[in-house]
Amino acid sequence: MASARLAVDIGGTFTDLALEHDGRRTTLKVLTTPAAPEEGVLTGVRAILDQASLAPTAIGLMIHGTTLATNAIIERKGARTALITTAGFRDVLAMRNESRYDQYDLNLVLPEPLVPRYLRLPVPERIDNRGEVLTPLDEAAVRALLPVLARERVESLAVGFLHSFVNPGHEARVRAIVAEARPDLPVSLSSEVSPEMREWERFSTTVANAYVQPTIARYLRRLEFELRALGLTASLFLMLSGGGLTTVETACRFPIRLVESGPAGGAIFAARIARAKELPRVLSFDMGGTTAKICLIDDFRPQTAKSFEVARVGRFRKGSGLPLSIPVIEMVEIGAGGGSLARVDALGRIAVGPESAGADPGPACYGRGGLAPAVTDANLLLGRYDPERFAGSKLPLDRAAATAALERAIARPLGLSPEMAALGIIAIVDETMANAARVHAIESGKTYAGRTLIAFGGGGPVHACRLAEKLGIRRVLVPSGAGVGSAIGFLEAPVAYELVRSLYQRLSAFDVRAVNTLLEAMAAEAIALVGAASPGTPTIETRTAFMRYVGQGHEIPVPLPPRRLECDEIATIRAAYDAAYARFYDRPVPGSDVEVLSFSVIVSTESRTGPPTPQTPAAATGSSPVQSQAALTQRVRDDATGEVADWAVFPRAALRPGQRITGPAIISEDETSTLLARGWSAVCDGLGYLVLDKDTPDV
Amino acid sequence: MSEQPSELAEIQRQVMWNRLIAVVEEQAQTMIRTAFSTTVREAGDLSAGIFDLDGRMLAQAVTGTPGHVNSMMESVGHFLRKFPAATMRPGDHFITNDPWLGTGHLHDLTVVTPAFHRGRMVGLFANTAHVIDVGGLGMGPEGRSVFEEGLYIPIVRCFVEGRPNETFFDFIRAGTRLPVELEGDIYSLSACNDAGIRRLVEMMEEFKLDRLEPLARYIFENSLRATKAEIARLPRGTYAAEIRSDGYDEEILLKAAMTIEQERITVDYAGTSPCSTRGINVPAAYTRAYSCFGIKVVVAPEVPNNWASLAPFQMRIPENCILDARRPAPVSVRHVIGHLLPDLMMGCLYQAVPGRVTAEGASCLWNPPLRGGASVSGSPRGNRPGLPDFEIITFNSGGTGARPGRDGLDATAFPSGVRTMPVEATENVAPIVFWRKELRPDSSGAGHTRGGAGQVMEIGARGDLEFACNAIFDRVQNPPKGRAGGKPGAAGRVALKTGKMLRTKGFQIIPEGDRLILELPGGGGMGDPALRDPADVARDVRDGLVSPEVARRLYKVVCGKDGVPDPEATAALRRS
Repeated sequence: MASARLAVDIGGTFTDLALEHDGRRTTLKVLTTPAAPEEGVLTGVRAILDQASLAPTAIGLMIHGTTLATNAIIERKGARTALITTAGFRDVLAMRNESRYDQYDLNLVLPEPLVPRYLRLPVPERIDNRGEVLTPLDEAAVRALLPVLARERVESLAVGFLHSFVNPGHEARVRAIVAEARPDLPVSLSSEVSPEMREWERFSTTVANAYVQPTIARYLRRLEFELRALGLTASLFLMLSGGGLTTVETACRFPIRLVESGPAGGAIFAARIARAKELPRVLSFDMGGTTAKICLIDDFRPQTAKSFEVARVGRFRKGSGLPLSIPVIEMVEIGAGGGSLARVDALGRIAVGPESAGADPGPACYGRGGLAPAVTDANLLLGRYDPERFAGSKLPLDRAAATAALERAIARPLGLSPEMAALGIIAIVDETMANAARVHAIESGKTYAGRTLIAFGGGGPVHACRLAEKLGIRRVLVPSGAGVGSAIGFLEAPVAYELVRSLYQRLSAFDVRAVNTLLEAMAAEAIALVGAASPGTPTIETRTAFMRYVGQGHEIPVPLPPRRLECDEIATIRAAYDAAYARFYDRPVPGSDVEVLSFSVIVSTESRTGPPTPQTPAAATGSSPVQSQAALTQRVRDDATGEVADWAVFPRAALRPGQRITGPAIISEDETSTLLARGWSAVCDGLGYLVLDKDTPDV
Repeated sequence: MSEQPSELAEIQRQVMWNRLIAVVEEQAQTMIRTAFSTTVREAGDLSAGIFDLDGRMLAQAVTGTPGHVNSMMESVGHFLRKFPAATMRPGDHFITNDPWLGTGHLHDLTVVTPAFHRGRMVGLFANTAHVIDVGGLGMGPEGRSVFEEGLYIPIVRCFVEGRPNETFFDFIRAGTRLPVELEGDIYSLSACNDAGIRRLVEMMEEFKLDRLEPLARYIFENSLRATKAEIARLPRGTYAAEIRSDGYDEEILLKAAMTIEQERITVDYAGTSPCSTRGINVPAAYTRAYSCFGIKVVVAPEVPNNWASLAPFQMRIPENCILDARRPAPVSVRHVIGHLLPDLMMGCLYQAVPGRVTAEGASCLWNPPLRGGASVSGSPRGNRPGLPDFEIITFNSGGTGARPGRDGLDATAFPSGVRTMPVEATENVAPIVFWRKELRPDSSGAGHTRGGAGQVMEIGARGDLEFACNAIFDRVQNPPKGRAGGKPGAAGRVALKTGKMLRTKGFQIIPEGDRLILELPGGGGMGDPALRDPADVARDVRDGLVSPEVARRLYKVVCGKDGVPDPEATAALRRS
């Protein structure tokens, strides 16, 4: 019976696979093959089928995520793309918002548009904000561009006109004219790719879609062909940046929605754990080698946004990338990972990141020639890793090299001991992550008190307790199987599609009929897409209005019922808005009308609700917690007090459900260590997760 | 191991300094999320900071615009002089828009809020934001005294122990064209200080602090030391420069003599023009703000802004000079002169550290305040169509100056830190149509590195009905200069579409059937254009940003309109 589910996540270095069948899970990592990524996938699929002793036909569903679209943009290896746009507005992409993302950097570099000016081709036409035609489309001017497209060997075409999200007529007409002469040329319309107000963001998204479209389409067709040749009969689904799944067909039309699908998988992984543990308010924290990513998860759903930036040129600085207006799982990426490098700045302060030692040469303690101290070096000097057992003893760490690096770069310039310099690096990197998390909460209108931190990635469990304390979080969860978390997350993802459309409404003059018409059209479109991908499966629909006080600039999402609105419901919607506003900004503003800028509709099959299948089935629980005695100890320096003491060390693999550990202690495993700070205690639960709780309030 | 407690304390102070900067950043973000005026929420024309009990700034948000930095920094001291700390209560919020006690014009509100921890006042939060309307003539240069420029708010309590001061809000609502926005913005500014206070208290709990003074001392000592160390690396001497503004009705000369000593930099503005009769005059705090920015961005860009990091930069401004306008001089559009000051500072610094400064840029924002409806055309009469009343301002920028080793930035704000609004958003809030907004060919100053390109805008009212523009533009008579042999950027141009030139400053009508054309200046170039890589010139020609004629005449590059260079002809031309 074809009941097994297979997930494949192509990352920069590794392609991760996860296979669930008959209540068991098998995982595998193979090397990514950048030149022809499908080769790595096929190698992995063959190997994991072997490992699980399954025939290709046993796979009922295959889910795939890839960084291919992101990489094509970052490395500028997409198609030769042209943009047909409104005359007079040729430089929307180049002029951006006319600002600098850093006020004090005279040498600031801005990202180049994906389409150079000579391929941004203006044609006379103009539609106003109400959708009325001010200047009809000059069709002769469009036809006159056909030889230009041919001469410049344009492989993909984007069309972006002002206000086209209100009236897409002109854009559609351009596609028809081009199709007559060039049926082979892929065309992306801004009114389809990202039908939202704000021309820079909409054109940027459309151009990026066109830019990656031929590459992604070719790749997906090849992959599908090879998988069939291998004997796979399963339907192939693609992971979207917004956390849903879609078909190959839709992915080929809107490939820009595949950007960032890997990290989305990680957030879904955390959301699935949140659901299994019944944790309605969670912050996921994934700290890897070069960056840390955090994501707010409420009611088992990762927070989503309507836009984000790709390919930042200014070291993770906001505003230094290309804007994309697509539904995404919203994550903050901080230039703080195990490989992040530390230095002393002009003010004699320790600064960490965003420069990273990467995997090669890596931190100084890897002994591969890295000379600058990294966060991993600092953790090692504080005694948080056992140098002999790191990475399952495959990578013994060089403490002397770490000490020398810290001595040279930090300790000597500041007159500190190398160990205290290490403590300083950790204090700063923890602070950096906490500060980014706090700003994210402000921007999201959320708070941290009462949340659970779910920590994974190589660095997450090491830094989790301290980060939690800084954010006022009292519970931390460290799941198992976090090494291939994204791929596991894919297995959980529902088939889902989200549409966002702008429709301006004031609550005082709310046109219920127009809103109902729009929402129903959007729902029908999304249901058709999802239905095609999973025929017969029941779906859930979520509707949201993005609202603000008239005159404000930032909207708050307010849920709407998934059905026709009645005229008397406007007061209810207003009350929901006021409550949402006051929850965060304290004071509702008297006397202001409320406006709606846009609406979103998500149609989704139901998520699977069980916990992720454990790697090794856990023993039955129910016994009272056992206080553990450690066989091993390690000299660890406490980052809060600076004092050194013997800390108990517990190998995680030997922990049994119900077992309780009191901090300070270290729970070690192959990929990482969980640092249990003083004042915290941990219990291993029935799923093999570590649940860390802060014992007493601060005195 | 006896060293440990002090080592740990040192590390904790570093962490707390980082935290304070994060706290004020959260304060600024809260303002952006909740503000009503597009100037704050879209353009980012704001500032936020935390101060000690002596009114000295400890940290300032990274988000924000430089003009508000130093001027807001001086402001808190004025609040404390009127309302001593002992009279402040938790939940009090104080406000002013006095140009001489705040940030230089009535359109900027400054709100100051005392922060209490365990029953004691420990510091103050302040923020500044540019609001759209405060009544009066509206944003523009036409006033002949500050009294014509709008509602004048002395330092008063807008919230008393958490409760709105309703008398104050009654006055506010009555004195503006946009009462909902103005009141909403005051709520937003107060909420953002509250957000800062919450975070500060959390920090003080985490690190078990009961006062900020020791941390303040640490921040000030380190900042002062770092700034002085950067100054010490500069060649000492006195460097003079000047720059001209088009002025309102006559040209304004700005003259500076910058003296770099071991531990400080002093700028003397002797020789600068006296005050204008119109609102382009600059209060001294705003002069200091942009002067400091111009110096700091070159000399010590990495040192965070605070009282001590800016203390070594001192200004001597002669009395009755346009850079020290006194009450009741009109000051509404003081930015138009103020934005030239960083170019002036770099003119001085160029002589000391030529490799670290840029050429002159468009510098002054080209923000057309647009108005239409009854207050321009009178009430609609008979069958004559009329526009609904509207009042908007959009922020737009020309090119920045060429940089050593890099071209200037096309259509990008400098020194101001504001953003522009999407055309689609602007057209949704006012009955106007942008017919053109794109880069301006042949506007960038030629050089080894070229200046940033300016932009062209064509603006009409819906149905091409009558509307008005209260012009505040500059660099029409005085285009941005290049350095080291670089050519000037193109001068700005203000005209009707039918051809008539308009004044660069002042209230003017765009008649029915006509449109407003703004051509924004390009940045100056740097170095000899004939040394520029011909491939870079050819790319600009292909992109239509540089014409083949200019390529040949200024860059000595021969290339066709398609951007295909002729290497031999180029080599021959460059040899001759």
